[in-house]
Amino acid sequence: MNQTFLIVAETREGRLRQVVYEALTAAALSAGEGDRKIGVLLGSGVEMQVIELAACGLDQLYVIDDPSLHTYNPDTWSNALLAVIEQVKPDAIFLGHTAIGRDLAPLISASLNAGQISDVTDIRQADGRPVFTRPIYAGKAFEQRVANTRPYVVTIRPNNFQAAGPTNQSCEIVRLAPPAPSLRSVVKDVLKKASSKVDLTEAKYIVSGGRGVRGAEGFRLLEELADVLGGAVGASRGACDAGYCDYSMQIGQTGKVVTPEVYIACGISGAIQHLAGMSNSRVIIAINTDPEAPIFRVAHYGIVGDLFQVVPLLTEEFRKLLASQS
Amino acid sequence: MNIFVLLKQTFDTEERIVLRDGVISEDGVKFVINPYDEFAVEQAIQLRDEFGGKVTVVSVGPDRASEALRTALAMGADEAVLIRGERIPADEAAVSRVLAAYLRQQSFDLILGGYFSIDQVAGQVAVRLAKLLDLPHTSAITGMKLEDGRAIVTRDAEGDQEIVEVALPALFTAQQGLNEPRYPSLQGIMKAKKKPLATLSLDDLGLTAEALEAGTSRISVSLPPERAEVRMIKGELRDQAAELVQLLRHEAKVI
Repeated sequence: MNQTFLIVAETREGRLRQVVYEALTAAALSAGEGDRKIGVLLGSGVEMQVIELAACGLDQLYVIDDPSLHTYNPDTWSNALLAVIEQVKPDAIFLGHTAIGRDLAPLISASLNAGQISDVTDIRQADGRPVFTRPIYAGKAFEQRVANTRPYVVTIRPNNFQAAGPTNQSCEIVRLAPPAPSLRSVVKDVLKKASSKVDLTEAKYIVSGGRGVRGAEGFRLLEELADVLGGAVGASRGACDAGYCDYSMQIGQTGKVVTPEVYIACGISGAIQHLAGMSNSRVIIAINTDPEAPIFRVAHYGIVGDLFQVVPLLTEEFRKLLASQS
Repeated sequence: MNIFVLLKQTFDTEERIVLRDGVISEDGVKFVINPYDEFAVEQAIQLRDEFGGKVTVVSVGPDRASEALRTALAMGADEAVLIRGERIPADEAAVSRVLAAYLRQQSFDLILGGYFSIDQVAGQVAVRLAKLLDLPHTSAITGMKLEDGRAIVTRDAEGDQEIVEVALPALFTAQQGLNEPRYPSLQGIMKAKKKPLATLSLDDLGLTAEALEAGTSRISVSLPPERAEVRMIKGELRDQAAELVQLLRHEAKVI
């Protein structure tokens, strides 16, 4: 029998998040011939994103566009999503493993009495069912997991699936009324702290600094390199603890887990705490004055040298390369 | 103020992962309180000291988890409960239903847990529990104060901070930055030996077979592929920078 896959979209700073397109691919990898893909977009003032998402090979797109969904609230958002689920009756629900997805997924899983597989990085078909791979023990091992319930819920880690592109398939758009707002918890204020233009977990290129960066001043060098690459700046716990940068930039066991295409570790010794957050990155470059630093053990390319000299040189080289191709 | 803290015992961060017969080996492994749960324990103790009341730490796990509970008692928690049972599957849906069955028998103002456990990294149990108990919740909090039966918490949303006001009773999960967990003092360790640590079985909680059904199952575990040796780039720094950029373009093909 044909199955229905529900993909939950989210926006950030008025744009569909990259992970939404990746979730579409993840759902396709879990689906079979003739299965239906239905999207759901919750938010406020998301008309532009409706058009964009409707072009991505969905059969239907449910939209709830209401000011009450401007900021994430567990009650309001889960009620809105459950209203869609009620109508769609999906066999599987896919979300991004983002701040919203990480909260919303277990909430609806519990409501539906559903099994959930979090933070998935790979999907394969075996014996006619999807098998989900996810890192455990901070990426020191992987487990393969299957769902025993219908529906089941999956959150996918950003940057691990190819993004789905536009198709010619026509998509029916269904609009639903907003849910009643929550009275139990209210977001009073949002303080924008994330400094980077690019979200760390979704960045393709990350330039990250440790204690070796020696201060906020040094982080400006890393920002210049990240800007040239169109990437984001991260930091080790040591750099955050020393007050060189905000904790929102921390990558590691505590902090964010990232899997960019390229991770440039500058003046980071490579404590296990830090490796836990970045060791699954595709290409790791370590720049450190100490040739014995543990970061070189997980790196693909290493430069022994002073980051204050190396980083500006790299910025210049990347700028030349990228200018020559545009 | 009656506070319950959800606690999981996990591998120490520094432990290497070794597979034996396709299963993660626990031989010689050092276990700790899951670091995020430690923030929750610390927060509970601070709130109890400020407002009075009682802190109960509760864990679903094997016998060895009682060591972690004992550590929490040594930090300053008042009572501990270990819910054990071979029939509890390693699945967040089932574990949250076990915890819900226990907490439905208790009265509480606040439930605290960690944002996620560093072994399974699923981040589901606490939020599922909030739903099962029909409690409001906020996850990933980095700040908290209580006034007039409400909690005002700071939620970390990918770096941005949301200030959320939540009516109690409620559940919160702790993110790094909430506090600096204390080390148990020698006196605390001595006192902990006399504090109550109860063990409950599934029969004590009256759980049905259905409640223990796993929503998902692990079918295998694997280790990451062996890493190739790092390629150290040599020469003048300027040449090294140029060579690296070329390698990224032509060898790694990532730019």
